[in-house]
Amino acid sequence: MYQETEIIKAIPGTDEMVLNVGPQHPATHGVLHLLITINGETIQKVEPHLGFIHRSIEKMCESLSYRQFIYSTSRMDYLSSHINNHGCALCVEKGLEVEIPHRAQYIRVLMDELTRIASHCLWWGATAMDVGALTPFFLAFRDREMITEIMEETCGARLTMNYIVPGGVMFDLHPDFQRKVKAFITHFKTKINEYDELVTGNIIFQNRMKGIGILSKMDAISYGCTGPTARASGVSCDIRKLYPYELYDKLQFDEILHEDCDSFARYLVRLQELRQSMHIIEQLIDNIPEGDFQAKTKAVLKLPKGDYYSRVETARGELGVYIVSEGGTTPYRIKFRSPGFSNLSALDHMTRGHKIGDLVAIMGTLDLVIPDIDR
Amino acid sequence: MEREELKNKIIEKWPEAVALEGGEWLNVQVPAEAWRDLALWLRDEDGLNFDYLFCLTCVDWVKHLTMVYHLTSTHHRHNLVIKANLDRTSPVIETVADVWRTADFHEREVYEMYGVHFTNHPDLRKLILPDDWEGYPMRKDFEDPINMIKL
Repeated sequence: MYQETEIIKAIPGTDEMVLNVGPQHPATHGVLHLLITINGETIQKVEPHLGFIHRSIEKMCESLSYRQFIYSTSRMDYLSSHINNHGCALCVEKGLEVEIPHRAQYIRVLMDELTRIASHCLWWGATAMDVGALTPFFLAFRDREMITEIMEETCGARLTMNYIVPGGVMFDLHPDFQRKVKAFITHFKTKINEYDELVTGNIIFQNRMKGIGILSKMDAISYGCTGPTARASGVSCDIRKLYPYELYDKLQFDEILHEDCDSFARYLVRLQELRQSMHIIEQLIDNIPEGDFQAKTKAVLKLPKGDYYSRVETARGELGVYIVSEGGTTPYRIKFRSPGFSNLSALDHMTRGHKIGDLVAIMGTLDLVIPDIDR
Repeated sequence: MEREELKNKIIEKWPEAVALEGGEWLNVQVPAEAWRDLALWLRDEDGLNFDYLFCLTCVDWVKHLTMVYHLTSTHHRHNLVIKANLDRTSPVIETVADVWRTADFHEREVYEMYGVHFTNHPDLRKLILPDDWEGYPMRKDFEDPINMIKL
C-alpha cells in the first residue's frame, strides 16, 4: 500500500510522532514499509504496509498448468525454494494419487534439509548484523556457499532451483553429490561451534535479545505463528512431526521447543535446528537407494475435481498449498498460506512498549522474507 | 476427534450446517449469518478447541463467492474446513479477527482481492494494493490491460 508521507511526522496535541521505516531500509531485508508510532523512543504501534513486491503469483498460477506453476513458487520464499516446490508437488501428487519412487523421496528430504541449513545460516548472519555484529555475516556466507555449490551442480541453479516436480525430481543427483554433502557436514560440524562462541555466548548479543519481543504461547497460536517463531513460545507445530510427509516419520530428529518466548529463544531454536538438520542428512546420505528418480506421469496433468491441501515445514514455518480443481489442466484457484504473512501479523503485538532499536532485533528473529509475505 | 464424530457433534448443535462429501478433512457448509457464533463455539467448546486458523481464503465461483476457513486444534490435532457461500454483488460476512487474531491480515487480503466486506473488522483497509486501486483483482472477471496479471 503506497502512501506519500514525510519521513517523520509529529502528531499534533500529543508527544507522539509517526516514523517511516522502509520500504528501502536495510534492516527490513526487503521492501517492507513499517509505519511506526513512537513516543520518544518507545514504540506505541507498528503498522506494516505491504505490496511493494506483490507479483500476484496466485492469480498467475490460475493460468499455468500443474507442471508450470511450481516454478513461480520458487520466487515466493526464495530461501526455501526447494521446500516451496516440495509443498506444491505434494499437493499435485495428492490429486493424481501417484507413488513417488523411494530414491526421489530421499533426494527430496536431503534437499529440503540442505535448504533449511542454508536458510538458517543466512538468517544467523543477518540477525547478528541487525544488532551490529558484521563478522558473522561473512562466516555464514562462507558456509552457505558450500551448499549453494552443491545445489548448483545438481539442480543447475543457486537460488531458485525448481528441482522438485510432480512425480519426483527433475534430474538425478550429480555424481559428486554424496561426497560434497559429507564434506560439508564434516566442515559445518566444527563451524557451528564457532557460531556459538562468536554470537550465542556474547553478552552484548544476549542483552539485546533476552526478554525482548515476548510472544506468549496463546498469542503465538492465535496469530497463527509457525516455525521457529512459534516453537520458541512452546507451541509444538513442526509439520514434519505432526503431519509427516515423505520419509520424516522414519527419521530420528527432535522437535526443538523453548518456553522462554523471547528473541533469544527464537535464536536458540534455529541454531539447534541446524544441528537437527545435519542429523537428518547424516541418516540419509549413505543410504540413498538406487532406482528411478521420477515416477511415470502423463505429459499433461489433470487433477480430479475437488479441493487439495498440503502442508510442509519450510525454514520459516508452515507453508500451506490449497488447490481447488475443476478437473481441468490448470488450477481453478490456488492459495499459498505463507508462514511469513502470519508471523508478520504478530509484529505489532510483540514490539509495543519496546525501543526502536529492539524493533530491528525482533524483526531479525522473526526471519521475515518479504516476497514470501507479498507473494 | 474422528471425522464422523466431529460431524455429528457439529450437526447436532447447528442443524443448518451441511457436511460436504469428499476432501481430506471434514468439510462443513454453513450459512454466512451463522458463521461468527459457530466460530466462537468451535474455539471454546470442550473437546473441539479449534484454536488455530491456519488458512483463510476465498474462491470466486462466478455465481457466488465461497469463504474457506481451515481450522485445527493444537490440543486434539483434528482439522476442519468451514465453507460459507456469499452473494457476489454485495458479499458480507462477520469478522473473526477477534476470535483468531491471524484472521486480521487474512481478512484484509480477501477484502481487497475479492471485495468481501467483513463487518466489525477492527481495521478494514487495503493491505497490499495501493489505496486508489479499483476493482477486485482475484475475481475471475477482473481485466486490467495496464497492470496485466493474467497470462
